[in-house]
Amino acid sequence: MTETIICQFQTIDNEKTGPELEIPKNITISQLQILINELLKNEEEIPYSFYVNDTEITDTLLKTMEEQKTSTEQVLTIIYQPQAIFRVRAVSRCTSSLAGHTEAILNVNFSPNGKQLASGSGDSTVRLWDLNTETPKKTLEGHSNWVLYVSFSPDGKKLASGGMSGDIIIWSVETGEKIGKTLTGHSKWITCLSWEPFHCDPTCRRLVSSSKDGTSRVWDTVNSTCDLLLSGHTKSVTCVKWGGEGFIYTSSQDCTIKVWSAKDGRLVRSLEGHGHWVNTMALNTDYIIRTGPFDHKTFQVDSLSEEESKKLAIEKYQSTKGNRTEKLVTGSDDFTLILWDPTVNNKQVARMTGHRQLINQVCFSPDMRIIASASFDKSIKLWDGNKGDFIGTLFGHVGAVYQISFSSDSRLLVSGSKDSTAKVWDIKSKKLLNDLPGHSDEVYSVDWSPDGQRVATGGKDRILKIWRF
Amino acid sequence: MPQNEFIELRRKRYGYRFDYFERMRKKKAREGHRRASFAKKVHGLRAKLYHKKRYTEKVEMQKKIKMHEERKNKQKVLDSVPEGAVPAYLLDRENVSHAKILSQTIKQKRKEKAGKWNVPIPKVKPISDDEMFRVIRTGKRKKKQWKRMVTKATFVGDGFTRKPPKYERFIRPMALRFKKAHVVHPELKTTFYLDILRVKKNPSGPLYTSLGVVTKGTIIEVNVSDLGLVTPSGKVIWGKYAQVTNNPENDGVINAVLLV
Repeated sequence: MTETIICQFQTIDNEKTGPELEIPKNITISQLQILINELLKNEEEIPYSFYVNDTEITDTLLKTMEEQKTSTEQVLTIIYQPQAIFRVRAVSRCTSSLAGHTEAILNVNFSPNGKQLASGSGDSTVRLWDLNTETPKKTLEGHSNWVLYVSFSPDGKKLASGGMSGDIIIWSVETGEKIGKTLTGHSKWITCLSWEPFHCDPTCRRLVSSSKDGTSRVWDTVNSTCDLLLSGHTKSVTCVKWGGEGFIYTSSQDCTIKVWSAKDGRLVRSLEGHGHWVNTMALNTDYIIRTGPFDHKTFQVDSLSEEESKKLAIEKYQSTKGNRTEKLVTGSDDFTLILWDPTVNNKQVARMTGHRQLINQVCFSPDMRIIASASFDKSIKLWDGNKGDFIGTLFGHVGAVYQISFSSDSRLLVSGSKDSTAKVWDIKSKKLLNDLPGHSDEVYSVDWSPDGQRVATGGKDRILKIWRF
Repeated sequence: MPQNEFIELRRKRYGYRFDYFERMRKKKAREGHRRASFAKKVHGLRAKLYHKKRYTEKVEMQKKIKMHEERKNKQKVLDSVPEGAVPAYLLDRENVSHAKILSQTIKQKRKEKAGKWNVPIPKVKPISDDEMFRVIRTGKRKKKQWKRMVTKATFVGDGFTRKPPKYERFIRPMALRFKKAHVVHPELKTTFYLDILRVKKNPSGPLYTSLGVVTKGTIIEVNVSDLGLVTPSGKVIWGKYAQVTNNPENDGVINAVLLV
């Protein structure tokens, strides 16, 4: 006879699901999944992960209980979280090395539907690549100096590129022509660009840019004018994000993060807590905002009408976010990360310490559950996305880790490093899955396409590499 | 021939003739016509010489006009895109490349320790003792044969004091002593006349190194403080190695290539 235990299922938001159940102790995950799918009356089976006291059940309930030494007398609460229905396969081989740029590649970016790829380079050009044949498609010339940042609009039809000389150019992705005038106004180089989220404005009209000159500007890309000037930082603005709740977040080297209203450019609050430059930011809604109306069902669909896509985007945003607030995580030169709740107050939710060098990039997983931070101490650390607890460290790089990118199912992570390699990591086991060698110099930029098919890396050796499974 | 500066003297005393400037103007105006008629009339060798002279004059004139025109037209300055692009997140970090430089210097140091250089002349013909030294017979009857004279060029440092001649085994003749070398900088493609600091290595053997013998292929240290070379950390480089490329004992000079 097997021992049983009384347990109660709960969602992450502490909502009880179903009655208290008596289940055998040696129940496995797959059995738990059948049970929860039955309880929720799901039509198609969705994979779930289960947690007891914040530790994931990996094999059977019994094993986890023994590890945890939980009492069998009380009602055991099991928290369940839905996982991505689809699976992204880990990239392992290089399908093409694309030469063309005559200087280091500084930024690569996939379009929201994963069908386009753009790269900005030190030779002052932006290049668009054909992903089906993996060949160069267009060279966009117009900048007078290095192109530091490229960003696709959420509808995937426009591309913004910011340069070393402080100019921003909007390109039409289809024709490769320049749209409107060059947006000038910044006196120093552009550090980051961010479009207005699709669910707020499906026409993709507005864009925010941050610059070394200490200001951020909101641009109207149709009239080629500067709408708002967000000035208040005393030093270089390092990163800018346009949140889904109508706020713009900027981080700066003056150790503060400022929250602005996107409507009128009013300063809403200033978040203070870091002791050194704030290098990078990530929102838990980053992935939803980036992909806009596209998800695993609509990547294949070629054309969506505007109405349809807007509806889809709003629906997706609401359903994925649920009743959570928009969270912001910042990485700094003082070797720490801070988790904020910027839409509510200017208090820190958690401070994450552990890195031994500055943090160059932070990233929220698409399911908002995990934060990954890339640091110059050659490691990547994983943190809980809600509370900021430490989960694990990914060791393996022998040089500073520059950039990281999650796969769309949140199960994998790719990182690019100074040691001229990219690496694919498994989040669950916290182990190196695949090494992607091939670059002959530092890897400056990596991106995992939102549809999960490809990874693109570019670096100092001027070659763009595309990796597939 | 005018015997004195009487024209200047008259001008000084009484001024120019009243019609002087008018006459000069007319003469100048007529000059073109005069030249043209002469050019038409002249023939033979004189014509050849004249036309050649006139041609060079005209070329000169054209060039001058062109230069003046260039000075007037403001040219658009082509601002080239600087090399060494780095992403935005590295722009404010100047010390990024330090590690690479450091590792290079470490490599360099290791190489020096091993005594191996990537030298322009890798192989050197070995020189035997017989060729390097001449036996000098000493003693009243000239029957002792322990004294040697170096037959190659040598470098003798400033602080060198001779041993008493009675006990001096090796004689380094004054005529073959050198203090300076002509050193070529291979990247700048220029030659400098630099002081020799010491002989780092003579490939024929450690004895010759200690004696300061300079033969072809010898590594010498030269004083490059005048060149203004700077280490990655910003200090001025004082000494640098160079390899001798000629046979100084035959040529009477030392030519060397700087090892960069």
